[in-house]
Amino acid sequence: MGAPHGHRLHFHGHSPLHRAPAHLKVAGLVAFMLVVVATPVPWVPAFVGYAGVLAVLVALSGVPVPYLARRMVIETPVLVFAALLPFIAVGPRTEVLGLSLSEAGLVAAGGLVMKATLGVVASLLLAATTDPRDLLAGLERLRVPAQLVQIMGFMIRYLDVVTDELRRMRTAMESRGFTARDPRHWPVIGRSAGALFIRSFERGERVHLAMISRGYDGSVRR
Amino acid sequence: MHVPDGFLDAPTSIATAAAAATAIGLALRGARRELDERVAPLAGLVATFVFATQMINFPVAGGTSGHLMGGALAAVLVGPYTGILCLTVVLGVQAMLFADGGITALGTNVVLMGVVTVVVGYAVARAVQLVLPRRLPMVAVAAALGAIASVLASAAVFVGLYSAGGAVPIPLDTLLTAMLGVHTLIGVGEAVITFLVVASIVSVRPDLVHLARPVLVTRELETRLVAA
Repeated sequence: MGAPHGHRLHFHGHSPLHRAPAHLKVAGLVAFMLVVVATPVPWVPAFVGYAGVLAVLVALSGVPVPYLARRMVIETPVLVFAALLPFIAVGPRTEVLGLSLSEAGLVAAGGLVMKATLGVVASLLLAATTDPRDLLAGLERLRVPAQLVQIMGFMIRYLDVVTDELRRMRTAMESRGFTARDPRHWPVIGRSAGALFIRSFERGERVHLAMISRGYDGSVRR
Repeated sequence: MHVPDGFLDAPTSIATAAAAATAIGLALRGARRELDERVAPLAGLVATFVFATQMINFPVAGGTSGHLMGGALAAVLVGPYTGILCLTVVLGVQAMLFADGGITALGTNVVLMGVVTVVVGYAVARAVQLVLPRRLPMVAVAAALGAIASVLASAAVFVGLYSAGGAVPIPLDTLLTAMLGVHTLIGVGEAVITFLVVASIVSVRPDLVHLARPVLVTRELETRLVAA
């Protein structure tokens, strides 16, 4: 259990970006994204510049572009929403391919897509180049309350254990011929979620007892 | 859906981040009362559970499916303070390790999905509990009503934030009707799932459910001589 295991988005490497202190990377990400968000949408050259900065950082990190691109599916709901904006926004309308679209909505959708995409790429780059343990230490240096960092540490450490438990429960149900197709199957899934909570909570109690037996007194030591 | 970067302007994002930080500060203090020194390992595992339940798909119809937001569920299971901490940590990990939800929108997401859902969900569940008969099965009913209220409150607060710092011109009344309409459906789903999950836990380990504690009958251990 003590062995460090990277999360699914971490891409092992030794680039300058991997070696940079985590607290600087987190602070840099927040500062960069605040600048991006505060930039007015019509300043397109500025966004080209931001994208250029990110492209240089990606190249520097040695993280393969397809690796990042595959993980960008997380942005899909945002893109769907952006596609709806020109239809629901108000203001003067314009004709595009025979559709009546709101001009302000088009601009806003463009801005949302640009800013959200920059945010997703920048965050993915942080995740890909930062080991979770370094990230936690970095957050602590950034004065994030120690207890919050500790909770996050436990969550990251047991993420794979609990999701594996969930997968085993699903395998067990499927091997007995269960496939969830419609809301009639919700009680079964709900019960397995309940069982997962009991197992997670009891695991937490066991972990806590194990820690006490090793001298834990509520504070973290590294 | 998590709020992405660039959806709300920078001042609103910073203001919500400050609000989130205040709420987290209060929650950190309150969580000690709910879980004493077991806070870190237990809240960590509950956060993992919330993250995992968000991965469970509930099929609706025609290949679509939904998943739980889990704010009200966490509040009912572990109490409001620990619930806020769990949801905050889940959202933080999602933003930093999975790029789900913008990093500048993290404060907004914590307020909407971590604080509003937990506080409203818990308050409504508690209020309902006062009205309903004090019996164990009623805990799940209270949790379900808390869940639907939490989703609607979250949608309403989103519209409020949007009117203050939205980057897109959408007429507010349209947005409010659309958000509340869609979220009534989502809320019903959330309520049904929360009911099922809480009912299943209450029937097995009612002692683990924070909301069930007031109605839990404590049975003293008795030792009696039995005639041979």
